[in-house]
Amino acid sequence: MSRESRRREDESYREWHGAYRPYDILREAIIALGVVFTLAVGLTILFSSPDDPPSTIQSWSRSDPVDFVTTATTELDGTSDTGSYGPPYNHNGDGQHLAFIHLQKWLGVSHPINTAQDFVLAPLRSLTHQPALQTAISTYQHAPTTTQTAWTGAYETALGKATATRTGTVTVTPGHYGPVPTIMSSLLTFAQSGGLDGALLTSKQFYQTDYTKPLLFMADGGVLTNRAQQQHLLGSQWGMMNETGSYPGQVWLWLYTFWYQIKPFSTSANGDILVMAVMGALTLAFILIPFLPGIRDLPRRIPIYKLIWRQHYHTKPAPGA
Amino acid sequence: MSAQRRSWTARARERAVGALPPEKLLPDSQPVYMASWIYVFGVLSLASLVMIIASGSILSLKGPAWWHVTGVGHFFNSIHLWSVELFFFFLVIHLWGKYWMAAWRGGRARVWMTGAVAFVVAVPCALTGYVSQQNFDAQWISTQAKDGMNAVGVGAFFNVTNFGQMYSYHVLLLPAAVVALVAAHILLVRKHGIVPPFTLADRGELPARAADPEPAPDPGRVPEADPVGAGRAP
Repeated sequence: MSRESRRREDESYREWHGAYRPYDILREAIIALGVVFTLAVGLTILFSSPDDPPSTIQSWSRSDPVDFVTTATTELDGTSDTGSYGPPYNHNGDGQHLAFIHLQKWLGVSHPINTAQDFVLAPLRSLTHQPALQTAISTYQHAPTTTQTAWTGAYETALGKATATRTGTVTVTPGHYGPVPTIMSSLLTFAQSGGLDGALLTSKQFYQTDYTKPLLFMADGGVLTNRAQQQHLLGSQWGMMNETGSYPGQVWLWLYTFWYQIKPFSTSANGDILVMAVMGALTLAFILIPFLPGIRDLPRRIPIYKLIWRQHYHTKPAPGA
Repeated sequence: MSAQRRSWTARARERAVGALPPEKLLPDSQPVYMASWIYVFGVLSLASLVMIIASGSILSLKGPAWWHVTGVGHFFNSIHLWSVELFFFFLVIHLWGKYWMAAWRGGRARVWMTGAVAFVVAVPCALTGYVSQQNFDAQWISTQAKDGMNAVGVGAFFNVTNFGQMYSYHVLLLPAAVVALVAAHILLVRKHGIVPPFTLADRGELPARAADPEPAPDPGRVPEADPVGAGRAP
């Protein structure tokens, strides 16, 4: 079809010059509202909605103290996911990129987090009535970086074989850990009392609604991941489009989640930006379908329209038929 | 130039009524080809959006923690959730239906685009709701979604782990955007009308204009040749 004939045909669709029939748009809207109301109430009565209680630092440190202390030690030496994340939390990494496009780096550090200071040392500094702890913190902070790394590295290795006692404390084999065991023991006790949950939300003002720090701390450990695995919510299990229980979740994110299931997206260190780039291109194409040759022509070539307008074509036979 | 001509208000009214005379805005007739169940999914999507806003407004009035601690609150949260599921279900069918009708034909590209953008904006609107739930789902979804947002730099100003920010986006900014886009979409649909069926001239059928020498008159309809006449001052 030539461009001119396509333009003429498109122009012919601008106005309908055929017959009309009576139609009550308001009655249709009210009936539709009634149908949706009935469906929503029916589904609510049948299935309700999920509401699994959130995890807390307190519940995590009590149920899995070894994982908590191991995670806290990686926060102290900056080797946790958050500690080495890069923007927008810190400068300890460049973040993801696509070819020469480093959006994560270019947008900079907007939510600064120093995991050692914010997750471990500052909360413990508030416990001023514990002189042994304050001395241990000072010892750690004044030690050379190589010494700090040696202490935390040895302690993390020992934690691999550590066990938790019935009272919730963690015991490791003796070694050269410097003041780290004292720091971690106090942090564990503080967390188990619920104090760390509040300390991580402390800000310069009374009101607080930003849960970035406690969420990132928990995400660095296994507490959220273990629960998510039980609920089939891991990335390899179609991730965040699901929700707890047998609820449909965000099924409209299926295509976004799909890319995380296949290579190279599932194995690339830049998987997130690759998926976002693909979805960005597809979203743009979706919006611009009217202008995309090929995709815009498919409805003409695959005659599903004959099914949609079968009554129209049935009552309007071709001339000579 | 008369005083009425100089008036911005008068010119805006003339232009609005010219583009959308009452007969087009609230029609009491429709083209005969609108005879398929696929046409109901647009209005069902709209009805679902009304249910979402109504149930969400009740949840907002009582605050974000209410639904966790009361049965009535949980009931309205469930209504809200299922209305959202129904909204996307109906909207996806509506979009597929419009795609196979090639509903952008005849100068209706903006109709398609406003509908498509409304769908795209509805996705983060729902996401901000999921991360504002204050339960385990919110914790997991926000800590997973942050990586995608951060990777493209969006995380610098759209922090999915900041409950306060996400709640603001969810109850005001994004719903307002969705409602504005849906309103624009509906007004464009009313302005341009529902896309006519494909003519089958290449299969031996003449275009509708030639095939219908004497179309049935529509008594309540504005003549096509003078679409602005109905709203013009005498």
